[in-house]
Amino acid sequence: MGFVVSVGMEVHAELLTKTKMFCGCPNAFGGEVNTRVCPVCLGLPGSLPVINRAAVRHVLATALALNCSIARRSLFHRKNYFYPDLPKGYQISQYEETNPIGYHGHLELPTGKRIGIKRVHLEEDTGKLLHLPDGRSGIDYNRAGVPLMEIVTDFPPDIHSSEEAKQYLQYLRLTLIYLGVCDGKMEQGSLRCEPNISIAEEGSKSLGVKTELKNLGSFKAVALGIQHEAERMEAAVAKGETLRQETRGWDEKAERSYPMRVKEFESDYRYFPDPDLPPMKFEDAFIEEVRNSLPELPTARHRRYTSSFGLSDYDAELLIAEPAWAEFFDACVNKGGEPKAVCNWMNGDFAKMLNESGTVVSESRITPDHLADLVALVSSGQISGKMAKEVFETSFATGQMPRDIAQKQGLSQLSDKEAIRKIVIAVLNENADSAQKYRSGKTGVLGFLVGKVIQQSSGRANPQLVNELLIEELKR
Amino acid sequence: MSFTLEDLKTVSNLARLDLSDEELAQMVGNLNKVLESFRGLQQLDLSGIEITAHSVDTHSVWREDEPRNGLSRAEALSAAPASHAGLFLVPRIIE
Ligand SMILES: [Zn+2]
Repeated sequence: MGFVVSVGMEVHAELLTKTKMFCGCPNAFGGEVNTRVCPVCLGLPGSLPVINRAAVRHVLATALALNCSIARRSLFHRKNYFYPDLPKGYQISQYEETNPIGYHGHLELPTGKRIGIKRVHLEEDTGKLLHLPDGRSGIDYNRAGVPLMEIVTDFPPDIHSSEEAKQYLQYLRLTLIYLGVCDGKMEQGSLRCEPNISIAEEGSKSLGVKTELKNLGSFKAVALGIQHEAERMEAAVAKGETLRQETRGWDEKAERSYPMRVKEFESDYRYFPDPDLPPMKFEDAFIEEVRNSLPELPTARHRRYTSSFGLSDYDAELLIAEPAWAEFFDACVNKGGEPKAVCNWMNGDFAKMLNESGTVVSESRITPDHLADLVALVSSGQISGKMAKEVFETSFATGQMPRDIAQKQGLSQLSDKEAIRKIVIAVLNENADSAQKYRSGKTGVLGFLVGKVIQQSSGRANPQLVNELLIEELKR
Repeated sequence: MSFTLEDLKTVSNLARLDLSDEELAQMVGNLNKVLESFRGLQQLDLSGIEITAHSVDTHSVWREDEPRNGLSRAEALSAAPASHAGLFLVPRIIE
């Protein structure tokens, strides 16, 4: 009997703004505890929140990128709970089906598969609880009030495997990075993912009870956590156990999940519109202005690279992994670089050199002009592929243009027929026995002779010309 | 359907109100009277009327994304019942 796994994804993204959601405290990572706080984010009496326009714009851009409907009128609600990570006794969030800034959208993966998005809403992040060695708990409110975007997938879910979940998260993360709304750093917690997993017998109409998985701090943890959870549920059902709805934490070291203590009355948040915050209204002009400012998104880019340039899925994925990397590629192509060749250099030698030197593309001495120049030198036959590697290394180290390096080092490929012919004749004289073998029908020695000529030319002779001229001279 | 003692216990717990049995008994009666009044309001035909979440007719009040000085850590912690190493101390929390 087979099972169908269904995965719903709840993703929280801290927005890249200068200040917090409802106050002017800086939005930053790290630093001394409780140094980015004010009466608003500490929930002191008499303080009033004011909406950060940049955060709203970020959510609007994301909602549009995810093909969402945009709420014409959108409210903030209070989500009430007592927990010291938020000092007000409530979190400002957005509730209801069509009230969030964006709702009813989808993210399309390069495979063409669409993952339905239920809503994209704006809220505030919570403070950080720190457990002291003596058993007490302390709180740092630096993160309290940082703009937080929540993106929730549709129900019933479109995702049916850990691999699909990982791909969704990967493309969602890239989309946010391309939009410039989130840095996507899972290890710093600026992008957090809480999947819920259920299994059902094939053909069954119900989806089964859900497990929510927390503490997934990396892509690997997300994929592994979902896979393990589905397997754990299947094993439990096979043993005749009844699954219950629960929240489980992921232990990254042990690679297993464990049950978490559930907060009492967790679901009773008593949402109501926040009277401190007037509604937001989005006019057509504002929506269109944001829509027109959207960059080319990763899925579209992936598709362009594979369909227009004939690159493999693998190559396209490597190129779009970072906006700066993809832009470098596009710039090289715009300067006339042959796409496949540019791609091979970038995902091969260039990536390796950057990696080894611990630099990123924006800091490198290699510009799109350099790489386009190198690719042109090779494709026009002026230097060989082997020489190009040396030239590229020098260019990487010094920032000199490949063309200049090739000239200075005399690395230009020898394509002068008469110059090559001289070497060919000399080689044939030195290897008269091999020449004799060829003439008597043992044509296999040709490769040996070609190698000799190229060696004599210090590797500069154009192999194709050497071949032609050798045959010509041997038949003379 | 009336508002029961159990409902009241749930709500008072959510609001972190510590009510005595006497207070609970008294409040159940009072709250049921309040709910009765609302039942009267609910009979009005309000179809086509947008929910009024705010009494003032204003919208889209934004703030530009410019940093402003907040409180120093000493100021922030000055009102805390307990603090340690720059942190607000709270009762022990087990996750
Ligand atoms: Zn603040």
